[in-house]
Amino acid sequence: MTDISRRKLITTGLAAAAGVSGLGVAAHLAQKYGLVPPDHGGIFGLGETLTYASQRLLTRHSMAREFSRSQISERPLANEIAPFNDEYKRLQAGNFADWRLTIDGLVDRPTAFSLDQLKSFPSRSQITEVACEEGWSYIAEWHGVPLHHVLDLVGTQPHARYVAYFSIEPGWWDSMDMADALHPQTFLTYGMNGGELPLGNGGPLRMRVPRQLGYKSVKFITHLTVTDNLKKFGKGLGSASPEGGYAWYAGI
Amino acid sequence: MSTAESTPLPLEASATTSASPIPAATTAPRHSLLVRLTHWITALCFLALLITGAEIVISHPRFYWGETGNILTTPLFKIPIPSSRGLVPTGYGYVMPDQNGWSRALHFQSAWILVLTGLLYVIYGLITRHFHTNLVPAKPDRSWRGFSASVKNHLLFKKPGEAEAWSYNLPQRLTYLFVIFILFPLVIWTGLAMSPAFVSAFPSTVTLLGGRQSARTLHFFISIALLLFLIVHVVMVYLAGFSARMRAMITGCTAAQRERI
Repeated sequence: MTDISRRKLITTGLAAAAGVSGLGVAAHLAQKYGLVPPDHGGIFGLGETLTYASQRLLTRHSMAREFSRSQISERPLANEIAPFNDEYKRLQAGNFADWRLTIDGLVDRPTAFSLDQLKSFPSRSQITEVACEEGWSYIAEWHGVPLHHVLDLVGTQPHARYVAYFSIEPGWWDSMDMADALHPQTFLTYGMNGGELPLGNGGPLRMRVPRQLGYKSVKFITHLTVTDNLKKFGKGLGSASPEGGYAWYAGI
Repeated sequence: MSTAESTPLPLEASATTSASPIPAATTAPRHSLLVRLTHWITALCFLALLITGAEIVISHPRFYWGETGNILTTPLFKIPIPSSRGLVPTGYGYVMPDQNGWSRALHFQSAWILVLTGLLYVIYGLITRHFHTNLVPAKPDRSWRGFSASVKNHLLFKKPGEAEAWSYNLPQRLTYLFVIFILFPLVIWTGLAMSPAFVSAFPSTVTLLGGRQSARTLHFFISIALLLFLIVHVVMVYLAGFSARMRAMITGCTAAQRERI
């Protein structure tokens, strides 16, 4: 073996070792700072992880764009939904007086809130855009209580990492990290454009996550669970969306 | 080809075109390894972006201008195809299968790889003066006379000589510069402007374009421009000698070099 080739071998070896350990360190840091999404496995895991990690580094505290009243869409589009199930119809017949939002998991005081209780909390409004992954969008004014206010009331434990939220429609659920859960624009909404929240738009209670695409704003919310591990829910991918091939993180 | 090989063109002969003199007996590749690698990675990613982009359009083949747009508002234009969503009134009696899940995942993953590859290419191009040497119009073409002569040769479909296997002519250079420094940045910008989280941090990236729906419409048109470039590019490669040009972009060798070997 000549000098040159030995030197080449050593530098190549060192570079490879540095590369591999660099990747290892990057993976460890990403895990530690919560930059890895729950659906990071599979052939599209690279893209999902790059998107989520860079969004968390760039946009942790940024505010979704808000619009003026004059920009509110004349007719807010109600997307297609499955026919209401019997449980929903029963609650609807009682004018949703018995609708409950139960909150459990890593909280000090698991609670079930009625809609009246939620409406008694400080009400906030935002004029934001709903953007569907298909391409269409509309702007509406949303009225509700910021999720962080409700989470403070039930006492979120320090090791909480995600909030999973469930619709009355079986199998329709999603989750978000604490950056989005505690974000001032993440609302539990019960009103729209000055009135009640129309049923087609998710009434009586809809999660509103304006920094992500429309499918993160799950309709007909009845249940929240605060957790440190999404593996326990569904197929462990963080929400029903990745099970259907869609990204868990929908801020894109 | 053998004449070109034995008697390198004098400088004056190539002065009317942007072609540089042929390196007589060089072993240097026509395209450097990095250019070849980034070319094919980009080609692959662009193809994936094109197919998945079309799939995503099928879920809502309507385009709007401004901030918002949906089936309750008037579109700028519609593409007369069936949709993969029952919500969209297309006039067709059926709904196409939903392909958006994997299409979106592949679209964004390809976009990431393309952007990182593009960054590598641009940094390399600046450091090695690849843009300056190969893409910025050659000195003779910077005058009006040189410019018109070069364009005329091109319009007359003059078959490129050996010299042009070694460099790009003027319309080629301008097109490549336009694609690399105008179309690709624009398609990335308009794409990012559709990300609700990205624009929360950088709102002017979407307001400058006139709103979310304008960004989507522009993204579509810039993609069409890139598709047109791809078609013309492949046709030109075919006209100029498909196997020789492909060989140059895959192995780095020109035909002359191959003959010499």
